Amino acid sequence: MLKTTLIAALAATALGASLGGGSAALAAEEPHVTDYAFSFEGPFGRFDQAQLQRGLQIYSEVCTACHGLKFLPYRELGEEGGPALPEDQVRAFAAQHDVTDADTGEDRPATPSDHFGHSNDPNAPDLTLMAKARAGFHGPIGLGFNQLLHGIGGPEYIASLLHGYTGESREEAGATLYENHVFPGGWISMPPPLSDDQVTYEDGTPATVEQMAQDVAAFLMWTAEPKMMARKETGLTVVLFLAGLTVLLWFTNKKIWAPHKGKHA
Amino acid sequence: MAQVDEHAHEPAVTRRDFLYVATGAAGGIATAAAVWPLINQMNPSADVQALASIQVDISAVEVGSQLTIKFLGKPVFIRRRTPEEITAARDTPLSDLPDQLARNANLPADATATDEDRTMDKEGEWLLMTGVCTHLGCVPIGEAGDFGGWFCPCHGSHYDTAGRIRKGPAPENLHIPVASFVSDTVVQLG
Amino acid sequence: MSGIPHDHYEPKSGLAKWVESRLPVLSLIHSTLFIPTPKNLNWMWIWGIVLAFCLVLQIATGIVLVMHYTPNTLLAFSSVEHIMRDVNAGWALRYVHANGASLFFLAVYLHIFRGIYYGSYKAPREITWIIGMLIYLAMMATAFMGYVLPWGQMSFWGATVITGLFSAIPLVGTDIQTWLLGGPAVDNPTLNRFFSLHYLLPFVIAALVIVHIWAFHTTGNNNPTGVEVRRGSKAEAEKDTLPFWPYFVIKDLFALLFVLTIFAAIVGFMPNFFGHPDNYIEANALKTPAHIVPEWYFLPFYAMLRAITFDILWINSKLAGVLVMFGSIAVLLVLPWLDTSRMRSGRYRPMFKVWFWILVVDFVMLMWCGSQPPEQPFVIMSQLGTLYWFAFFIVILPLLGIIEKPQTPPATIEEDFLAHYGPGAEGAANAAISKPAE
Repeated sequence: MLKTTLIAALAATALGASLGGGSAALAAEEPHVTDYAFSFEGPFGRFDQAQLQRGLQIYSEVCTACHGLKFLPYRELGEEGGPALPEDQVRAFAAQHDVTDADTGEDRPATPSDHFGHSNDPNAPDLTLMAKARAGFHGPIGLGFNQLLHGIGGPEYIASLLHGYTGESREEAGATLYENHVFPGGWISMPPPLSDDQVTYEDGTPATVEQMAQDVAAFLMWTAEPKMMARKETGLTVVLFLAGLTVLLWFTNKKIWAPHKGKHA
Repeated sequence: MAQVDEHAHEPAVTRRDFLYVATGAAGGIATAAAVWPLINQMNPSADVQALASIQVDISAVEVGSQLTIKFLGKPVFIRRRTPEEITAARDTPLSDLPDQLARNANLPADATATDEDRTMDKEGEWLLMTGVCTHLGCVPIGEAGDFGGWFCPCHGSHYDTAGRIRKGPAPENLHIPVASFVSDTVVQLG
Repeated sequence: MSGIPHDHYEPKSGLAKWVESRLPVLSLIHSTLFIPTPKNLNWMWIWGIVLAFCLVLQIATGIVLVMHYTPNTLLAFSSVEHIMRDVNAGWALRYVHANGASLFFLAVYLHIFRGIYYGSYKAPREITWIIGMLIYLAMMATAFMGYVLPWGQMSFWGATVITGLFSAIPLVGTDIQTWLLGGPAVDNPTLNRFFSLHYLLPFVIAALVIVHIWAFHTTGNNNPTGVEVRRGSKAEAEKDTLPFWPYFVIKDLFALLFVLTIFAAIVGFMPNFFGHPDNYIEANALKTPAHIVPEWYFLPFYAMLRAITFDILWINSKLAGVLVMFGSIAVLLVLPWLDTSRMRSGRYRPMFKVWFWILVVDFVMLMWCGSQPPEQPFVIMSQLGTLYWFAFFIVILPLLGIIEKPQTPPATIEEDFLAHYGPGAEGAANAAISKPAE
C-alpha cells in the first residue's frame, strides 16, 4: 500500500510538474495576474447573468470594432445559463449585423442561427476562445500547483491585462507599442481599449476600467464555454453517484472475500 | 430435546443479497446513464434544432410574385397572389379536386381543401406551401401548368393557384407546413 | 489454460452442447472468466482492468466524435467547437475523450512499473511483456496523431517538430518525412492520414490486448511474491488461487470505480488542466508558439530527445537525440534479457529496490524537465536523467543479478496470503479438521 501511495504521490507531482505551462517559469519578471474572484469559479460556480449582459455590452460597444467572435452563434445569447436575452432581443441584436449568405452569396441581415463576425483587424485575434487560450497562473517552477489552486486563469489574465496598462507607449519599427505589466514582454500592440465611464451600464453599475475588464472577461469565459454550467452540474451528479457505487462495491468486495480472510496478521 | 433453531425461518432475501442487488442495480443505472449520451448525440444538434423554426421577412414580396426559401432542408414557396388567382381558386368547387383534404399542418387533419383553408390570411393573398411534389418529390415550377399554378416537370402533375393537385399522378395537394404571421411583414415557419 | 489444474467446463443444456460442439466459445468464456488467479494479488494488479476500460471508453467516445468531426484543415477546429457547443452532450464526449487519453497513460505507466518491480517480464512471461511494449508503442502513435486532429497551435507545431525528427535519418530521412507528411510541411494531407490511422490503430491495440491476455493466461498471472502457483494437484492449486470471477472481477471493479470517480471529478471540474491553452488557438503555420510542449505523457521522452545537445562521434545531435529517444523504449523491450537475477519479485531484492525507486523518481524528473524550456539547469538534469535511465537497464540490472543476494520469498502463495490475512472461515475450518481431536 505504501508503494501505491508513493507512486500515486509521485505521479501527481509529475503531472502537476508538467503542467506549469511552457512559458519560462524561471524568468526574472513574472507578469502579475490578479486572481479576481469570478462568480463561475469552483465546482458550484455560476455565471452571473447581469455580469454577462454587461460584458456583452462592452464587447458590442468597444471590442467588436476589431475583434470577432466567429465561433459564437447569435442564438446562444438566448440560451439559459448565459446572458439569457429574450428571443426577440436576440433576433433584433442579430439583425443589426450583416452576413454573407452561404447559398446565395449575397449580404443579408443575420438571423439567430448565424455566427458573430470574424475579426475586422487581421492583427486582432478572435475572442471566442480567448479565455481558454490563455493561462493566468503558472508554476511554481513548472509544478502545476498554482493552476490546481487558482484555476488556469484565462479570464483573470484577460481582466488583468485590460486593467494593466501603465499609460506609457513607444514607437518601434513604425508601430506603436503600449506598456502593459500583464502582457508577456511588457509591451502590447493593442492600444488601451477601456477608459472610465466609457460605457453606460444599463443596470447602473459604475463603469470603472476594472469593473468593465472583469465583466468582459466573464463574458468571454462564457463565449469560450457556454456549457460550463451543464458541465459542473453533471460533474457533481456523476461524482456523487460513482462515489456511491464505489462504496457499494467496496462492501460487496469485502463480503465475498470475507470467508477467505481472517484477522490481519 | 433440541433448541428452537433460530435460523429455520431465515428470510429469503438476506442482507448480503440486498447488497448485491443494490450494487448490481446501481451498476446497471451507471451503465445506462453512460450509454444514453452515446445514443443521444446522434439526435439533431443545437444548430439543427435552431433551424426548426425560422422567421422570414416577406415585405419585399410583390403581388403576383413568389419567394422560395429553404426550411427543414426543403424549398418552401411563399406566394403573394393576384386577385385573379384568388378568385380562380375560390371559384373551384371541392368536387373538382382529386384530393379534397387541406393538407394544412395548421388545421385539423380532416379540414377540406377550400381556398380559405389553404391560405395564411383571410383575404387569401398569402399562400405558403412546401415546394415538393407529392408524387415523387421534385420541385414544381411556378406560374406554369394548365391551372395557372404550378407544374411539375418530372411526371406532369398540375397544381392550381391554391397549390391543389388537379391533373397528373400526384396523389395529394402540396403540403402546408406550420406557419403563421408574427407581424405584417414577418412570417414564422415551424 | 495456464497449466493450473482446475475443473473444466461441461455444457449442460442442449443448446450449450449444440454451440460448444460447433465452436468451443462457451468453454473459452468459462475458462477465461473462472481462471485460477493467485490469491495474493495486491492493488497494483488493478491497472489491467483500468486499461481495458480506457480502451473501450476511447473507442466508444471516439466513434461518436467522428460522427461530428471534419478532418480538413479549414474545418477541423470549428468542427470541434461545433461538438463542444451544439452536439448533444458533445462537450462531455470531447472532454472524456481528451482526458481519457491521460487516464490511459497514467494507468499504463503504473502497469509497466508494476511489471518492472515484480519481475513480470521474466521467463516465462517474456512474450506478454513484448506484446505489452507493442501496445504501448501503438498507444503513443495513436495519442500523437489524435492530438493533431483538433488542429490547434500545439496540434500543428507538435506534429511539425516530431515529424521533423525523421529528417535526421541519414540518406533517406527527408524522403521519409515527405512521404509521412504528404507534402513539404504538415498540412491537409497530413491531417487526413493521421485521422485515418488514429481511427485504425485502436483496433490494432484491441487485437494486441487479446493476444496479451492470451499470453498471460497461458503462463498464469505473476503475483507479488514471484513464486509460481502450485500445479501439482487441484487441491494445491486451490490453496494458492481463487477463481477470477467473482473475486477479482469485483475487486477490479471496485478499483475501477474509485479511479472513475476521480476521473469524473476532473472531467467535470478541471477538464483543461492536463491540456495546453495554446491548443485553443487555431493552427497558424506562420506563427510558432513560444514553447512547444507535447502532452504530459510524452514529456520524459521529450526530455531525453532534447538532452542530446552534442554530436556523438559521427552522429549529429539531432539524429542522436532521436536514437536516444527510441532507444529508451528499446531497452524496455529487451528487458527480459537484460535482467540476470534469478529472483523474480523485487520485493525480495533489497538492492534492486533502491535502484528501482530511483528509476521512478528519474522518470518523474524527466517528465518535469520535458515541460520546461531547453535551458539550464533543465538541460543538465535531462542529461543526467537520460544517463541513469539507460544505466539502469544496461549496466545496473545485469550487474545486480550477479552481485545481489536476494532474500527468501515465502514457499507458497498460500503462505504469503496467510501471513497477511490469517486463515479466514474456510481456512479455520480446514485447520480444525486437520487438528488432531482433543
